[in-house]
Amino acid sequence: MKYLEEFQNPELARGLLEDIRAQVTRPWALMEVCGGQTHTIIRHGIDQLLPEGLELIHGPGCPVCVTPLEMIDRALEIASRPGVVFCSFGDMLRVPGSDRDLFRVRGEGGDVRVVYSPLDALRIARENPDKEVVFFGIGFETTAPPNAMAVYQAQKQRVRNFSMLVSHVRVPPAIEAIMESPDCRVQAFLAAGHVCSVMGTEEYPVLADRYRVPIVVTGFEPLDILEGIRRTVRQLERGEHRVENAYPRAVRPEGNPAARDMLEDVFEVTDRAWRGIGVIPRSGWRLSERYRDHDAEYRFDVRGITTREPAQCRSGEVLQGLIKPNQCEAFGTTCTPRTPLGATMVSSEGACAAYYLYRRLGTPAVPLEASPVA
Amino acid sequence: MCLAVPGRVMEIEERNGTRMAVVDFGGVVKDVCLEYLPDLRVGEYAIVHVGFALQRLDEESARRTLALFEELGLLQEEFGDPWEAAAGSGGEGGSGFGAGSRDGEAIVAEEGGR
Ligand code: SF4
Repeated sequence: MKYLEEFQNPELARGLLEDIRAQVTRPWALMEVCGGQTHTIIRHGIDQLLPEGLELIHGPGCPVCVTPLEMIDRALEIASRPGVVFCSFGDMLRVPGSDRDLFRVRGEGGDVRVVYSPLDALRIARENPDKEVVFFGIGFETTAPPNAMAVYQAQKQRVRNFSMLVSHVRVPPAIEAIMESPDCRVQAFLAAGHVCSVMGTEEYPVLADRYRVPIVVTGFEPLDILEGIRRTVRQLERGEHRVENAYPRAVRPEGNPAARDMLEDVFEVTDRAWRGIGVIPRSGWRLSERYRDHDAEYRFDVRGITTREPAQCRSGEVLQGLIKPNQCEAFGTTCTPRTPLGATMVSSEGACAAYYLYRRLGTPAVPLEASPVA
Repeated sequence: MCLAVPGRVMEIEERNGTRMAVVDFGGVVKDVCLEYLPDLRVGEYAIVHVGFALQRLDEESARRTLALFEELGLLQEEFGDPWEAAAGSGGEGGSGFGAGSRDGEAIVAEEGGR
């Protein structure tokens, strides 16, 4: 059992789709929060298999996309300094800052390195005691525990030349912001499964109650997505608004307690700007007071930076689900994954890039509807 | 970058005071930190993200979910549009789907192999 192929099985998808079709009696708009889910949906054309009127609105859950421009500019500034080794996950390289990206900084002689894990950056710091090693700590609740561990170990092992530029974001306040927006059309949420693998489901009932929206914790394989949609639609049709877990193989109600304890210790909640969206109160984490020695924002004092966003880019509207990527004029013309104008065109979890990769020719790359069974 | 994928624990060892594992992702092998799942055992699956095991994958629960999906398919075959059902099974009588669902658990391995 590998837990991957089984949840991509087209014949089983047919049963789920039929059940969704059988239940839907009127139009509904659901938001999938997570960019990983957007990727699966567009790649397999799941949105096109759903009954008329059942719409998926793509949410702001791509950390690469929502990292605020001023953070990107800070990263670029730090990475350009001599004596600095700047470590980052690979998909941050092409994220456009005000006037360049990390890729360009590397071309101009900056020591920018791509790492797979934050612990790799910590190792680089141990091996290069004469350099300042900085890790770009971005991501949602899923990525926060690994990044927290790197900071914790740096302090414990006294790796003083290691610091982190932290721009973490949290899902529940984003759901609140979406529901509070006057343009909001969202009637239910597919919550991000792996965020809940860490955090559990306890933060969501209060939101489901307050906004009277079903929230269904959903996984990432095609069948997981369909099951999330199926359960959401069932609640909507019955007029219910509960938190359900459609991804129980990887999500327990309490999440991962060890990881949550570490988050409590290393981070503190802060207001955070989301690129294209604006400041969302209490929607981020920064390093807590006792880890300030490892906070790159303080170490490099890069807090007063002015930013400039390209005017043509409509990623803010894309991130809020107000337009679909192909409604942007720059989409596929002046804006492509090689020459992205906005962050949503960079990572494959960004809605613009997902549409570009899989929707440009109008058909999904990996059709899900069963071809005749052999 | 948010991608988290299931992998199978092959070996476990302490390295510089950190609990680490060698994890197999369908042929690709990587080092993974187990500090957040210290009781994970060799042979078990976990969701892994940027070099960290974040949650154990519950095999029993996965099986139950798949069984539920099977049932849905069966219901639809019984109550759904017979023409559509026929088209879906390729008109060849015993589809892999129908055959598998008769012998319960075998379906998991069988379907997974495709
Ligand atoms: S297609 Fe490019 S320019 Fe248009 S919204 Fe997306 S990222 Fe911005």
